[in-house]
Amino acid sequence: MSFITRGFTGRGRERDDRLPPGQTLVGDFPVLSAGPTPDIDTADWAFTIRTESGTEHSWNWDEFMALPIEDVTTDIHCVTHWSKLGTGWRGVSLDTLFADVDTELEYTMAHSYGGYTTNVPLDDLLDGKAWVAFEYDGEPLDPEHGGPARLLVPHLYFWKSAKWVRGLEMMADDEPGFWEQNGYHLRGDPWKEERYW
Amino acid sequence: MSGMPRPGWHVATVAATRRETPNATRIELDVDGWPGNEAGQHLDVRLTAPDGYTATRSYSIASSGEGSRVVLAVDKLPDGEVSPYLVDELRAGDRLEVHGPLGAFFIWRPAAVTDDARPVQLIAGGSGVVPLFAMAHAHAAAADPTPFRLLYSVRTPDDVYFASEWAALAAASAPLRLDLVYTRRTPDGWSAPPGRITRDALEAAAVPAAERPRVFVCGSTGFVERVADWLVELGHEPRDIRTERYGGT
Amino acid sequence: MTSHLDGNALAGPLADFFSFDITTATGRCKACGTVAELARAMVYVSGAGTVVRCATCDHVLAVLVDTGERAWIDLAGVSAIEVRR
Repeated sequence: MSFITRGFTGRGRERDDRLPPGQTLVGDFPVLSAGPTPDIDTADWAFTIRTESGTEHSWNWDEFMALPIEDVTTDIHCVTHWSKLGTGWRGVSLDTLFADVDTELEYTMAHSYGGYTTNVPLDDLLDGKAWVAFEYDGEPLDPEHGGPARLLVPHLYFWKSAKWVRGLEMMADDEPGFWEQNGYHLRGDPWKEERYW
Repeated sequence: MSGMPRPGWHVATVAATRRETPNATRIELDVDGWPGNEAGQHLDVRLTAPDGYTATRSYSIASSGEGSRVVLAVDKLPDGEVSPYLVDELRAGDRLEVHGPLGAFFIWRPAAVTDDARPVQLIAGGSGVVPLFAMAHAHAAAADPTPFRLLYSVRTPDDVYFASEWAALAAASAPLRLDLVYTRRTPDGWSAPPGRITRDALEAAAVPAAERPRVFVCGSTGFVERVADWLVELGHEPRDIRTERYGGT
Repeated sequence: MTSHLDGNALAGPLADFFSFDITTATGRCKACGTVAELARAMVYVSGAGTVVRCATCDHVLAVLVDTGERAWIDLAGVSAIEVRR
């Protein structure tokens, strides 16, 4: 029984060829939050990759900042139908972080401060496709947007770009993370509109 | 939950709108098939744009009882998507969809129904007064003997909702006692300077914990959490305190 | 807008799942054991879904995802729900 409400348009929505199906452009940066914003001091921060052998590759903030840093300009697509084009980030490539990691496993679970998880196949993290980002638009990433550091996997829907990321755990199978257990697609390719199960 | 009307989606036609405050509008709806509602319940409003885009938001209901007339009072949020439309654009004859009545927790029923004659303390921050007005109005309409007090924190005298109705509620056979706190500007000759509500002001204006009042608090998340924490510190039983937070756009 | 709401806000979204208003039902938090009405929980609403957390320990009690046509509910953080008739 849905009908149009006279005079209601909602926030401005535009079309653009760079937009995946079902997406609309936004100018601002909507915040999605599933819980309280964690307050993480960089003095307490660490990023850890844990493999099937139990080996941990870990960087504290200073060690992380000493790694090669890349500037990334990319479009981002949120499953809630907004996209933002040409966003600017700085971060460390996952290729750099995985350079010395010895694993046979093909899947990862990203873990965040605050308890959030999301699953990402290793293939989607390597070959220049993903970063751990700590700056957005020339400024340190603020806590609302995932600071001090978040995963940046821009070719997948943005819930995969885990805010407040603290590490990756190698997995033998593609186990679902937080939203993936509750209806969201296991992979989340915006060009295939992989939103839900 | 016995006797609670079942919620459903209904088509509502705007019967009238009028300015409630410089920043808020009172909206009277005629809701086809509305089963009536308890004092303190809310409803969800769904708006649909020509391209199919929809937006849904929750609003407290200022009215209660039987009948198909439902009254809302909506505050305009500066970055809002729905509230600016409802406050500035909506007019008589417009139709929208509503889902309700909703919520069985933050409601008040007369002592004749609940057999609970303990005093009631209502505490409102800003537009959080809407469901509490419904409770105060239902209390007066039922000539309910329960002592009723409202502590209402508001920015300025111009921002007081239901300004013309409070006097009648205070003079009813079952009177409401109203205490106002102005946070930004007071009326001329007001005894206290403007400022946020304090623990001392809360203690002075609220039914004492020793009387075991039932307390309903509604406002922004920050307001509700501050007040609820103070109430517990002042000796109120956590289970006697019912809260409702509002937020969003 | 990251401040949370409370369980009162769930009455509408959960009306599709339960034939009564579940916000007055009490649930037990699987993490800390607190027993409280769902209306007292903390609710974080985002475009992706709604996350319900225990007001005592922050543990995730429930997750609700609603696409309009399809909806999911996960109550895995609640060990039991009591309904009073």
